[in-house]
Amino acid sequence: MKSLEELRRLRETLQQDMLARNGDGNPRIIVGMGTCGIAAGAREVMQAIMQQVRERNITVTISQTGCIGMCEKEPLMDVQLPGKGRITYGHVTPKDVESIIVQHVINGQIVEDLVVARLEEGEGQ
Amino acid sequence: MKPTFYRSHVLICTGTGCKSSGASQIEAVLAKELEKHNLQDEIKVVETGCHGFCEKGPIMIVYPEGVFYCRVKPDDVGQIVEEHLLKGRIVDRLLYQELHTEASIPTYREIDFYKKQHRIVLANCGRIDPESIEEYIAVGGYEACGKALTEMTPEEVIAEVKSAGLRGRGGAGFPTGLKWELTRKTPSDKKYIICNADEGDPGAFMDRSLLEGDPHRIIEGMIIGAYAIGADEGYIYVRAEYPLAIHRLQIALNQARKYGLLGEDIFGSGFNFDLHIKKGAGAFVCGEETALMASIEGKRGMPRPKPPFPSVSGLWGKPTNINNVETFGNVPYIIKNGAEAFRSVGTEKSAGTKVFALTGKINNTGLVEVPMGMTLREVIYDIGGGVTGGKALKAVQIGGPSGGCIPAELLDIPIDYESLNEVGAMMGSGGMVVMDETTCMVDVARYFLQFTQSESCGKCTPCREGTKRMLEILDRICSGEGQPGDLELLEELGNHIKDTSLCQLGGSAPNPVLSTLRYFRDEYEAHINDKRCPANVCAGMGAPYVIDELTCIGCSLCARFCPMDAISGDKKKPHKIDPEQCIACGVCAGKCPVHAISQAS
Ligand SMILES: Cc1cc2nc3c(=O)[nH]c(=O)nc-3n(C[C@H](O)[C@H](O)[C@H](O)COP(=O)(O)O)c2cc1C
Repeated sequence: MKSLEELRRLRETLQQDMLARNGDGNPRIIVGMGTCGIAAGAREVMQAIMQQVRERNITVTISQTGCIGMCEKEPLMDVQLPGKGRITYGHVTPKDVESIIVQHVINGQIVEDLVVARLEEGEGQ
Repeated sequence: MKPTFYRSHVLICTGTGCKSSGASQIEAVLAKELEKHNLQDEIKVVETGCHGFCEKGPIMIVYPEGVFYCRVKPDDVGQIVEEHLLKGRIVDRLLYQELHTEASIPTYREIDFYKKQHRIVLANCGRIDPESIEEYIAVGGYEACGKALTEMTPEEVIAEVKSAGLRGRGGAGFPTGLKWELTRKTPSDKKYIICNADEGDPGAFMDRSLLEGDPHRIIEGMIIGAYAIGADEGYIYVRAEYPLAIHRLQIALNQARKYGLLGEDIFGSGFNFDLHIKKGAGAFVCGEETALMASIEGKRGMPRPKPPFPSVSGLWGKPTNINNVETFGNVPYIIKNGAEAFRSVGTEKSAGTKVFALTGKINNTGLVEVPMGMTLREVIYDIGGGVTGGKALKAVQIGGPSGGCIPAELLDIPIDYESLNEVGAMMGSGGMVVMDETTCMVDVARYFLQFTQSESCGKCTPCREGTKRMLEILDRICSGEGQPGDLELLEELGNHIKDTSLCQLGGSAPNPVLSTLRYFRDEYEAHINDKRCPANVCAGMGAPYVIDELTCIGCSLCARFCPMDAISGDKKKPHKIDPEQCIACGVCAGKCPVHAISQAS
């Protein structure tokens, strides 16, 4: 360690590692992992999300949820940006994941064609 | 390179407490289950230090949610993986249940045990992998060290620690900044800094947990201290009975060297510093600073008179600064956040927090960190969950063998150095033993004195001979042979030993006796005058027991438990105790379902 700057740069890169533990205030991605979701391919969607997040080095919190009663629209994937409503995408394929992440998570543009439900901020949870 | 982002982190406590309740086995099963479900690339398993809630171990925390699973068994792991990690469904039956309402509490932030704590020193304990310097750096570690070495002069560092009001956490509460200044001001070509991790108090595990859970914090605190006083070499004195702490410290030292945080020209500041671990053999007296230094020098661990103080002539005659583990653990926080932030917690004269090891008859055994000034009642009832089995609290023993017993009436005193001294206890290093109505205070005093007596190094007469005489008197009292005048003699002896001993081992050894004499004199008197132990703990006190023939139902339970076979009688007929054989242990009276047995008066 030759300077305080060096430590701070190192910390930046290491923080990615700790994301899952300091997730408050990050964009959230939620995948429906009920039996229905898994049967419809939610595991593959999850793996695609993981791959995207790693490749693009973005800051998010990923969690799962159980069946929410929209079984016919599974796999479901929700995106919630800080301070924004929660958008639910349906019939998500691993291929859709990239556009949802790039357009919505990174650039804040909702991918309208895939939306199946919306929750305003503070609603539901 | 292995992927760095994992959507979920599973933290398993691998402190000594949880390890002994089976954490390693859980980890092995977890690894297998994750592979079975092909989750090993999505979920990271992290071994952490102590979460503090040892009562509930093995403990597992699942992030991002922060869900707290307790008393996890290997058989539970499959369900956690399949339900929670795969499907996102929390496994209710493994959640912590609120003591009084029995409601399940999902995340650890909401558990009463954690809510009232204020974690400065323990902030990372149970949150990061203590064997990873990268995790420590990621949560802001070594920033304080970098700041001190590159942006502050040693004098500024000392001024900051002084104005923070940090006092030594090893027992006496000496102002840390002042100690550093004294060592800095002694001119010398060589100085040392020492971390005292001897932790000899029975029942104490604060320092061990800190070293096991966040070793880099202590190293960072020591580097800052070394820079402040101008030392280029340091020692961490740990007892050999702490193998996990030593193992993790060793790893941490190697990592710090690899990153250039120990060694030469740290942070490009021109400052050089390195550290050694010295394993102690576990004698209580070696926690005393001059004995500790003798031990490092390879001599027999015995104290010497002071002055000269270590700041003038310490290790190998060189100016030396010695601080406790927890003291060093506070330093990075102070440098990083400023004296003001530190002083905003705690009281005027006792700034910051204190870590306690909660043990004894308390529901939530474990490690807690609370702001100074909190009352004992809050710690014991709000955090500790109260006395086990709903029994009445009798006393709290604070400060270990050097401390004292505080009676239930004084539970509302604030925890700070001065208040504890006033009531005859002391902060000590942080042992807090809760005692209920079934505890005999004379027996407790005897227990602690037995400890100090056997740990007395024998160098000075008051401690060597005096504690022995005191113990003989206590032994006598506990076996029903106390005499009038014993209590006065105990007090006289105790005060002399305190005044004339060479070090604070003798200087504080009488405290448990003197404080119980002060608050529980009636119990001593009952032992001496009535030959009776009010808590029914001291066996063999007084007259033999007798069975009331009219009440006895002849169940023979008493006869089966009598250790002397002193009870006889036919089934369904009244039994009899042979007074010649009865040792008055009272076991029979405790077993009798109809309360037919009592001591003859
Ligand atoms: C018998 C005896 C045992 C002690 N044991 C310890 C100990 O285990 N750990 C500790 O930090 N201080 C212990 N001390 C206090 C040390 O002598 C010394 O005051 C302390 O390490 C200073 O650090 P501090 O100013 O950070 O509290 C002990 C003192 C005595 C008299």
